[in-house]
Amino acid sequence: MKKTGSQILLECLVQEGVETLFGYPGGTVINIYNDLIDYPIHHILTRHEQAAVHAADGYARATGRVGVALATSGPGATNTITGIANAYMDSIPMVIITGQVPTALIGNDAFQEVDIIGITRPVTKHSYLVRDIHDLPRIIKQAFHIARTGRPGPVLVDLPKDVQMAMAKFEYPDKVEIRGYKPNSQGNPRQIEKAVKMILAAKRPVIYVGGGVTLSDTSQELLAFAELIKVPVTTTLMAMASFPKKHPLSLGMLGMHGTYYANMAVMESDLLIAIGARFDDRVTGKLSTFAPHAKIIHVDIDPTSIKKNVRVDLPIVGDLRDVLQKLIAELNLSPHEVKVLASDLAPWREQIATWRQTHPMSYVASTTEIKPQFVIETLRKVTNDDAIITTEVGQHQMWTAQFFDFSQPRTFLTSGGLGTMGFGLPSALGAQAAWPQRQVIDVSGDGSFQMNSQELATLVQYRLPVKIVILNNNFLGMVRQWQQLFFDQRYSQTCMELPIDFVKLAEAYGATGLSTSDPAEVEAVLRKGLETPGPVIMEFKVSREENVMPMVPAGKGLNEMVLAS
Amino acid sequence: MKHTISVLVENEFGVLSRISGLFSGRGFNIECLSVAPTLDPTTSRMTIVTSGDDQVIEQITKQLHKLIDTIKVIDFTGEDYVEREMALIKVAAEDSSRAETLRIADIFRGKVVDVTPRSYTIEATGSPQKIDALIEILRPIGIKELVRSGPVVIGRGPKGWRSAD
Repeated sequence: MKKTGSQILLECLVQEGVETLFGYPGGTVINIYNDLIDYPIHHILTRHEQAAVHAADGYARATGRVGVALATSGPGATNTITGIANAYMDSIPMVIITGQVPTALIGNDAFQEVDIIGITRPVTKHSYLVRDIHDLPRIIKQAFHIARTGRPGPVLVDLPKDVQMAMAKFEYPDKVEIRGYKPNSQGNPRQIEKAVKMILAAKRPVIYVGGGVTLSDTSQELLAFAELIKVPVTTTLMAMASFPKKHPLSLGMLGMHGTYYANMAVMESDLLIAIGARFDDRVTGKLSTFAPHAKIIHVDIDPTSIKKNVRVDLPIVGDLRDVLQKLIAELNLSPHEVKVLASDLAPWREQIATWRQTHPMSYVASTTEIKPQFVIETLRKVTNDDAIITTEVGQHQMWTAQFFDFSQPRTFLTSGGLGTMGFGLPSALGAQAAWPQRQVIDVSGDGSFQMNSQELATLVQYRLPVKIVILNNNFLGMVRQWQQLFFDQRYSQTCMELPIDFVKLAEAYGATGLSTSDPAEVEAVLRKGLETPGPVIMEFKVSREENVMPMVPAGKGLNEMVLAS
Repeated sequence: MKHTISVLVENEFGVLSRISGLFSGRGFNIECLSVAPTLDPTTSRMTIVTSGDDQVIEQITKQLHKLIDTIKVIDFTGEDYVEREMALIKVAAEDSSRAETLRIADIFRGKVVDVTPRSYTIEATGSPQKIDALIEILRPIGIKELVRSGPVVIGRGPKGWRSAD
């Protein structure tokens, strides 16, 4: 029996195990939406296509599965771009399907036509324009395969309307054959041997972990590796939740707003073991002074990450699971040496402990105004580190990274590479759709929240009980902080002059709103908010000019931290 | 330093824009680019002349590899290879310079492919250096128009380089 292109698309999605689709209808996807009614796929109608893509992204981050979003051509497609770029920068497996004008009209400046393949080329792992219905099953199969394998990333499929309406027999391919795409998953054993020799010879080693550990679900392997050699671990923002922060070997985050002891450890280290990380400028600070004494071992699935920003003494290309398992196995061949190493590193660990004692992560408490850090600490207390936390981008994001003790992978969903304000709420929506029973909390600032606040409607409509913590300082706080520190306090366009009544805003959408400016009420508001069914906004009017500290000013070395403002 | 890189790609819609976009998006330089289908019509071979230090060239080859449509990448720099470029040169050849133009074309083993009373169009093939030299010699006579193909390269020796390898 023949099926239409839109039916074939939906058959493919079912075959790929897609249960939830985030999208927004329009003229060139109307056929898909018509057929969607007959398929066992749960569709969530967001209020903006950008939010649909962020929601699919949050879904992917929270589950490890491929997130799927659907949008119409033209403005629908262009609205997805920020979401796609965000997923690309953080290597999130996603498939984005856009409608396109009929093939005969492509290039004619037709109504709601854009060259979305061309526009998204630099921010997708790959993309397809489907010109023949007979290619559709193969393309969808390849799109999912490419999205989830190797270094994951978003793949866009542009589907013209006439292809959706054409008829063909449906047959889903069993295998994927792409001659130009064969990610190297096996770490080279000789490189592993060399790595172990370097590790056994190290005096001040540090393990530096990036988002690759989360993406490859190898937190357990990482923990085993670190514990075996008793080497301290620092994580990037993206890896925050993949190594338990309370673990004695944890140094917390490194980089611009990292801990003093993580940054000092990296700067003093003689061996940096980089695992699934990419030496972003927010991590390294000034490159020429970064980790000056360290030899660098760099493990990554993506060869282009290696030697892109920093010199590397020993590259290992491969899947982290394979490489970490091989490293552990190789180390276990020399149990005596490993034991000697673990004890020889005691002075190094003591040095780090001293840094930690003299410069702990801290802030000045207050009884008269709410300190934003205090809200995060209290949130940590009332959630027992058990929630999935998403953030927007800015000061609140850094305070959450600094003061929340993440212990489970895939519980901290944040826009790392692109730094997208407006990511937190829709990604929380996606995470909650994936895990209806878990507590999902968007930690937000008043600026970021207003970038996608329309998604309150989606939360209420689909009964997704996301809790939203707004640290309201009536500022675009991070930019204000830079203006204070580097531009003589000339606050250009960072003051949000109009105070928003977030309680009324919540109520307008049928959600619950709570608000306080009293530090004594913070815990009570959080407890009440988290216990209230349905979506809840908890607004905390915080001290307005609080800064995120410590801070490595842009262009400075990691050891040139400003500790307090 | 100058590098000549051959890239075997899927002969598909949009591949050229993926390659050129990769270069422009990452700030890499393309000096020359030529592309045409190979013996296997499902693949095309590109020859790209680019420049950069070792780190940049390593990134370029890795980034080219990373594209899904890329099947193979070879940096011919340091290898033993044959490099050829073609140029079509329209020379303003009148009266006294006509004989001189023909002599120069002859020395460079060029061919006259179009003649008018006021011009010769010369087809010349050779290494880019040879084409450069020819142009320099013809320049005083007067070049009305010049088109160069950019070099294509192939490795020396009996071993072939196909998509199936």
